[in-house]
Amino acid sequence: MRELAQGTVKPLAEEVDRDHRFPEEALAAAADAGLLGVLIPREYGGAGLDPLAFAICIEELAQACASTAVIVDVHTSVGSEPILLFGTEEQKRKWLPRLASGELLGAFALTEPASGSDAASLQATARRAGGGYVLNGTKVFITNVGQAGMYIVFARTGPDPKAAGVSAFLVPSGTPGLRVGQVFKKMGLNGSPTGELVLEDVAVPAENRLGAEGQGFTVAMRALDSGRIGISGQALGIAQAAVDESRAVLAGRGRDQGDDFLLADMATRLESARLLAYHAAWLCGLGRPFTRQASMAKLHCTDTAMQLALDALQLAGEEGSAGGSPFERHVRDAKALQIYEGSNQVQRIVIAREVLR
Amino acid sequence: MDFELTEEQVAIRDTIRELVQDRVAPRAAEIDEKAEYPKDIEKLFAENGILGIPFPEQYGGISGSSVTICMGIEEIAKACATSSLILAVQALGSYPILVAGTEEQKKRLCPPLASGEKVAAYALSETGSGSDAAAMKTRAKRYGNEYVLNGAKQFITAGSVAGTLVVFAQTDADSDHRGISAFVLERETSPWQASKLEHKLGIRGSPTAQLVFEDVKVPAANRLGEEGAGFKLALAVLDRSRPGIGAQALGIAEGAFDYALNYVKYRQQFGQPISMFQGIQFMLADIATQIEAARHLVYRAATKVDAKAPDLTKIAAMAKLFASDMAMKVTTDCVQLLGGYGYISDYPVERMMRDAKITQIYEGTNQIQRVVIARALLR
Repeated sequence: MRELAQGTVKPLAEEVDRDHRFPEEALAAAADAGLLGVLIPREYGGAGLDPLAFAICIEELAQACASTAVIVDVHTSVGSEPILLFGTEEQKRKWLPRLASGELLGAFALTEPASGSDAASLQATARRAGGGYVLNGTKVFITNVGQAGMYIVFARTGPDPKAAGVSAFLVPSGTPGLRVGQVFKKMGLNGSPTGELVLEDVAVPAENRLGAEGQGFTVAMRALDSGRIGISGQALGIAQAAVDESRAVLAGRGRDQGDDFLLADMATRLESARLLAYHAAWLCGLGRPFTRQASMAKLHCTDTAMQLALDALQLAGEEGSAGGSPFERHVRDAKALQIYEGSNQVQRIVIAREVLR
Repeated sequence: MDFELTEEQVAIRDTIRELVQDRVAPRAAEIDEKAEYPKDIEKLFAENGILGIPFPEQYGGISGSSVTICMGIEEIAKACATSSLILAVQALGSYPILVAGTEEQKKRLCPPLASGEKVAAYALSETGSGSDAAAMKTRAKRYGNEYVLNGAKQFITAGSVAGTLVVFAQTDADSDHRGISAFVLERETSPWQASKLEHKLGIRGSPTAQLVFEDVKVPAANRLGEEGAGFKLALAVLDRSRPGIGAQALGIAEGAFDYALNYVKYRQQFGQPISMFQGIQFMLADIATQIEAARHLVYRAATKVDAKAPDLTKIAAMAKLFASDMAMKVTTDCVQLLGGYGYISDYPVERMMRDAKITQIYEGTNQIQRVVIARALLR
């Protein structure tokens, strides 16, 4: 894993960021190494590893290139795992081997322009028609947009205006009426495309509904629970890279106590974040409740990544803010993590709810 | 202690505010995206007297007050940090002349800067001499009525576009910082080579340059102060310019907060504007409080510079440290308040966050500010 990350992925990171280029070679190498099916059981063509192994894989990738890490993370967790958790045997046999091999890249389409943190208020619709459904709506901030072979799309099937009216669908790319809207220019994670997914009368067969009608919100929330473990791993990778690069900077010049104290704080904070994330992953792997721990991990790991990226750039000084320096890239990449897969404000809501339960 | 601006300062501020709204704000995103020096904004500032703010009237300027300079920088930085640096560097590059220049030098060198015909820059840092300015390698050797400069400078803001450049160089090869002298280079008579650094995190329209001096001749009449007095001058100048970086940080934070505050008032989630949530309200309260605290420290420091107060070094370092740390935190939180929209370039806040970072680094890193403050405390 480390060899793949450091040998193949890392050398591409600067260029992928600068040219806003999808890291195809990195993805191909990840697929060859079986990394795209880490969580998928062997019987469906995956590696059958546990959430802790998954978190470590994403951490290693993110240490090399945060864009590649988020592409693989979204594919593996929220873009594939819901099929494993909620799919029928037939759906698993149909989709998982293709996702595990990397033939299809997965994506997760929940957020809409007016429905971010308030996911239950989404407006996309899935109307029953013949033996299937017809989907309409606009999704936004979709990671892997345009590159994914399959999107898990959430849309309203029932009259309930809230969570109970939502269902989940597996929508392959190339389905008529499904198209990519605006692809955003972002602050960071430039190798990972983020944008709009537009659905105009997209016909989806009933066999592509994931879970029961009205179960969609449950599917989404469960997917995001374990998704937070992957994002924590991504944050740890960026934070570890920041610490390693800070060590290299300090090794090349005279250190003073101010530098030492900052580095000590960075390393301590990283260690605490890592343990929180690994604990959440461990609980998840044992099948125990882990919602609270996953939210705490996501909150603490991503805040840590942001702070450590800023601290490392500060240690590097002006050279660190020049282009091509990994220091400034880490700062731009890290910020996204405090926002996506549940903003850190949403994590606090979840944690408070769990603590007060 | 006076918290009020003078009538004249209010008039200058209002003029700048209007110009910024009409002419600078609409250009800010494009300047960042293209990473091009906004020559048009430089011209706009020249035509409207803004580049004359750092100079007293007797040298062709309109003020010379640090409070007025800070006010101008803050107003511009609210919309565009790159553009605010045009004024900030005009002040930084002119302070050495105003602080150490003879009457003849001030009368000769200042008017073309005050009129905006030229912009100034300040060249102290080198590759091996950033925070440790005394380790510099650039040399100036005297031959009769002129000096010959050789060496290189690194991270020089506006070094490629400036017409007047203050350069610090060793005049005594065997000495330490006590051998450093300051020189004013005018591009027509003492041309230097410059190459622009590409792809910066922020202030992308401001050209940060590497400068190379190969046998550059400078008239002895352009040496500022005595030989060996350069290092002291360099520090005295930074004392005076640091409130300006504080003001820049302040403006960046205010610009981001202004945008985010409007956003949370109309962005609806869970059936109400997100400004109705206490978690968001606490963020707003903390941001506003930090901005207010930084503002007072910045203007207190500027007042001390204008009064030549004995403790201006300490207060100026505090203002720069506190305001820049504040701006980094506040802009990061403002991106957070906009959520996914905060992260994309269709909205200005991510640019402001990228611009904020450099204020913690340049004109003395914040680590250096702490050293300066501690030294003043322990004296």
